[in-house]
Amino acid sequence: MRAVITVIGCDRVGIIAAVTADLAAVNINILNISQALMDNLFTMIMLVDMGGSNASFADVSDKLKACGDKLGVEIRIQKEEIFDSMHRI
Amino acid sequence: MIGNREILETIRMIQEDKLDIRTITMGITLLDCADSDPKVACAKIYDKITKRAEKLVRTGEDIEREYGIPIINKRISVTPIAMVAAASNTDKYVDFALALDKAAATTGVNFIGGFSALVQKGYSDSAVKLINSIPEALTSTERVCASVNVGSTQAGINMDAVKRMGEIIVETSKMSANCACNGCAKLVVFCNAPNDNPFMAGAFHGVGEPECVINVGVSGPGVVKRALEKVKGQDFTTVSETIKKTAFKVTRMGQLVASEASSRLGVPFGIVDLSLAPTPAVGDSVAEILMEMGIEKAGACGTTAALAILNDAVKKGGAMASSSVGGLSGAFIPVSEDNQMLLAAAEGVLTLERLEAMTAVCSVGLDMVVVPGETPASTISAMIADEMAIGMINSKTTAVRVIPAMGMNVGDTLEFGGLLGSGPVMKISTLDSSDFIARGGRIPAPLNSLKN
Repeated sequence: MRAVITVIGCDRVGIIAAVTADLAAVNINILNISQALMDNLFTMIMLVDMGGSNASFADVSDKLKACGDKLGVEIRIQKEEIFDSMHRI
Repeated sequence: MIGNREILETIRMIQEDKLDIRTITMGITLLDCADSDPKVACAKIYDKITKRAEKLVRTGEDIEREYGIPIINKRISVTPIAMVAAASNTDKYVDFALALDKAAATTGVNFIGGFSALVQKGYSDSAVKLINSIPEALTSTERVCASVNVGSTQAGINMDAVKRMGEIIVETSKMSANCACNGCAKLVVFCNAPNDNPFMAGAFHGVGEPECVINVGVSGPGVVKRALEKVKGQDFTTVSETIKKTAFKVTRMGQLVASEASSRLGVPFGIVDLSLAPTPAVGDSVAEILMEMGIEKAGACGTTAALAILNDAVKKGGAMASSSVGGLSGAFIPVSEDNQMLLAAAEGVLTLERLEAMTAVCSVGLDMVVVPGETPASTISAMIADEMAIGMINSKTTAVRVIPAMGMNVGDTLEFGGLLGSGPVMKISTLDSSDFIARGGRIPAPLNSLKN
């Protein structure tokens, strides 16, 4: 199952390191990482594969949210289908 | 893979423009709960609802979390209780409302709709009992919503029921006067009521519906407004195209949530209701869309035309995005629940007459309209009759959810709180319609040809 992780906030040292460390800890594989600017905010978008992870979606979501709170950025994880269904027919 | 721009667009819609799934509503038939002993019937009703909807709220919350889309309400609609209770030897239909309320509390839904009767062509004994018990039912329960269908294009308008509903509304308001007259906010009088409407207070599970079904109502006035900001000054073809594209995207999300909820709950998917439902939050207003089109405030000349464009374009865009569309599907204009609508009403620029015209081109009717407490029941009945006539002649759903604010007059504001917002008391004609309403009988069904 694939999901999209978005990190939005002010750029600072260690954001990618912290997020990827959390993901590695629960065996979530990163398929793609990219960055973009939205209204001058740092935005990192990651596509991940949760197929190999035994952590529940809720746990990963909570963990990432806590990580975002610590870093002062907003981190979300959403299943990929929501974007597919909205933008692809 | 989806591009960054698209991902961020979706996130912005949810985060900034308040896009949400307004409701996942589980429709449950209760016809098999009928029993000559009312106590047994109520027990069957409670057991069936709590069993069927046991996982509804939790499933909604799971989907919300996994897809990152807020699902504001989880609700239940049931077979009109007048049909279920007809078999029971009792006049005390309030017990059925209490059973529904208890089931709603157990399952964790915030509203349960279906304390209803369909009387467009005439009363059954059971419908009379149900209607008479509405005031007590709505004031002795927290989550139960009631509706009565008094007219249809096929049957005409039952004017005895229109007369009675005016009295029932006043009585309900008096009985709930110490709770902001909120009993009336849970009571809808319909013409051409849809059988699969997921939105409260008018939801019920129609008789032609499956055993159990999942219907979803989407929303997103903020998203439409934001899209229109980008086409400022451009012509109406562009406006309409922009709304269609936005409605398409919003509805696709509704379709995803509906099919996901349906498969997780093992219940068939019914319909997606393509409605633009406002909330009192700033930026979540249908009136703001009309203003973005170039109307100074809701109520100005041009308001009806602007709403007609919006309503039609939402349907056109949404219909393509869902495998099955139903319910009310259109723009809602509940005065107290729409920030800009209520400001315009408080200023007196949005009048009841303008609202009535608006209801001819959008999906509902006079919704969450507050009138002075001393308004006679016959005037409220006449107001209902006007609205029912619009629905009957135009083959569309119309409804009236009106709150006579006890002890209040024009200029005062009735505070409901929460999603119901606050309603300025609106001016209503003080001319007498009592002789008209006293006639009773039935307005015959209209001719469906020679249309002009």
